[in-house]
Amino acid sequence: MRMDDNRRRYIKSLEGTTHFILGDEACAYGAIFAGCDFFAGYPITPASEVAELAARELPRAGGLCIQMEDELASMGAIIGASWTGARTMTATSGPGFSLMQENIGYAVMSETPCVVVNVQRSGPSTGQATKPAQGDMYQARWGTHGDHNIIALAPNSGQECFDLMFRCFDLADTYRTPVILLMDGAIGHIRESITMPRLDSIQYVERKKAEAAEEVFGGTDLVPGMIHYGEGQNVHVTGSTHLPTGMRDVSTQKVHEVLIKRLYRKIDENREDIIQVESSFTRKGKAKIGMISYGAAARPARGAVNRYREDGGKIDFLRLITIWPFPGKQVSEFARNLEVLLVPEMNLGQISREIERFADCRVVPVSKIGGIPHTIGEISSAIKEVL
Amino acid sequence: MTTSKHRLMDYVREEIMPHRFCPGCGCGTVLNVFTNAVEGLGLDPKKMVCVSGIGCSSWIPSPYFKSDTLHTTHGRPIAFATGVKVMRPDLKVVCIAGDGDIAGIGGNHLIHAARRNIDLTVIMVNNMIYGMTGGQVAPTTPPGVRTTTTPYKNIEPDFNMTDIVRAAGASYVARWTAYHVFHMMESIQRAIEKKGFSFVEILAQCPESYGRRVGLRTGKDFLDMFKNKAVRLEKARGMTEEELEDRIVVGKLCDRDRPEFVDELHRLTREQTLKLMKEGG
Repeated sequence: MRMDDNRRRYIKSLEGTTHFILGDEACAYGAIFAGCDFFAGYPITPASEVAELAARELPRAGGLCIQMEDELASMGAIIGASWTGARTMTATSGPGFSLMQENIGYAVMSETPCVVVNVQRSGPSTGQATKPAQGDMYQARWGTHGDHNIIALAPNSGQECFDLMFRCFDLADTYRTPVILLMDGAIGHIRESITMPRLDSIQYVERKKAEAAEEVFGGTDLVPGMIHYGEGQNVHVTGSTHLPTGMRDVSTQKVHEVLIKRLYRKIDENREDIIQVESSFTRKGKAKIGMISYGAAARPARGAVNRYREDGGKIDFLRLITIWPFPGKQVSEFARNLEVLLVPEMNLGQISREIERFADCRVVPVSKIGGIPHTIGEISSAIKEVL
Repeated sequence: MTTSKHRLMDYVREEIMPHRFCPGCGCGTVLNVFTNAVEGLGLDPKKMVCVSGIGCSSWIPSPYFKSDTLHTTHGRPIAFATGVKVMRPDLKVVCIAGDGDIAGIGGNHLIHAARRNIDLTVIMVNNMIYGMTGGQVAPTTPPGVRTTTTPYKNIEPDFNMTDIVRAAGASYVARWTAYHVFHMMESIQRAIEKKGFSFVEILAQCPESYGRRVGLRTGKDFLDMFKNKAVRLEKARGMTEEELEDRIVVGKLCDRDRPEFVDELHRLTREQTLKLMKEGG
């Protein structure tokens, strides 16, 4: 699977070409280029186009695509498939993401690599089904119950939807964890030029394998090797608290503590490898104002920053690509000499609250909800207001 | 004194035996019959993946049966198993779970798997109650029974799961009780060998959480009841609805051939990859 003749042939047929396509479609193409073997999903606006393109293109690359009966089943199927060694993914939006939470927790607990795309829409509940939002930032972090850690990335262009799929699958395999791509309806439905990479530039991270049965499932390494189904090792996969061998032990306090802390640490201690941000500093002199944004909101935010600078103003800009684990150190350093930090986001101030924990300056949320992204003018006005 | 190893010990995780099922529980019987069925077929457990959910009977494969196992969230074993089977059609994938998982919270997955006719075997161990959580009403609890959540009486009718699964499109459907061990074994073997979705319901005793509420205090009480109430499907066809009230219809409900999902999926995928090859991609 993964990079076999079928996939090579498929990538070869598209390499280097440019396409004017939706962010959702870019995400699905990116997944296929990134070695996705299996897609299971359920239709939902504004994520359906990911499934539609996967259904059309994935079989051409030798991958399998099925539509399940609901999102619980989709998430379950990609977990089951992952234990055969496959790179697996699903794509959904708010209501479906809510339904997936229990099985996302299962993937965390059982250390199952998989990728979950959430093309965020306006909620809660059915909300504005066709309108974009960034309201699931904390749900991605804490949506499933219990102490855990998670990796989530937020693209802000069609090309980045494509490119980050490589990153998502590599991180999932490296850290044996579900990885969430936090898109939003605006990025999912934006139509932009996407350039497909060349076959010879593509490399995948391989999952670390364990050799013997006693190493399977948990092991003692921070990120233990994995044994797949059909290898004759009697792998015992469970969502219950388990010993390093994978066998259930739900009554020993120490067993739970050791397991859960390791699951937490394997992401926390690799923050520097996982975290990606993009910064742009005022060229001359030091700025007193800064702005942090991500995803769709980062586009008008960047526009307002450019306009402010064109008018002679000094302002620094930081775009978060990794949302979880939160880039606290990067935010802290970015904010060091600032007096005020504006945070445009399409929710009532979710990530700005996280930024407040790390920035040693005044943090001003620039919130907008209701399904229409910020305009540059609105963010420019917000800059003027804080002065 | 010499001890000899039981011939089926190779099929269970010996290190965690004896099992923890309650005295008189039917799960031990199903484990026994299942291991006998696998041995009888000459199946290599290393070529099997056993998938279960949450509840007493989910412990039959996980941890007790010695193969690759997947102990999923409550109600989802068939969904998880679907992912395993599509990627590894060469492995035998068997779900063993209770009526709570299969008929209750996970009923949607059951009917859709039957509709797809995916090559899975589902063994539903039906104890007519939520046993592990302490005796709450299940969709399989007969009307009139008092449970912890129907303290006055159960006012809902119970599900006939074999009729549902047959209607949804399964290739093989059978129903037995823990009393009918040899029939059960034959059906499990047939179900595992059958291409397509196969479903075996086993009515099993739960003296602890169910029996105490209906005056069946021991495993034997249950087995006697199963024996007395069971009526073979062939005979039941000639009986009136009134005569069948309070009887347990057992037997093979269907054994038919329909196109199988994983085969179709791989065929379709192969067609597309070949097409791309011919296009000179």
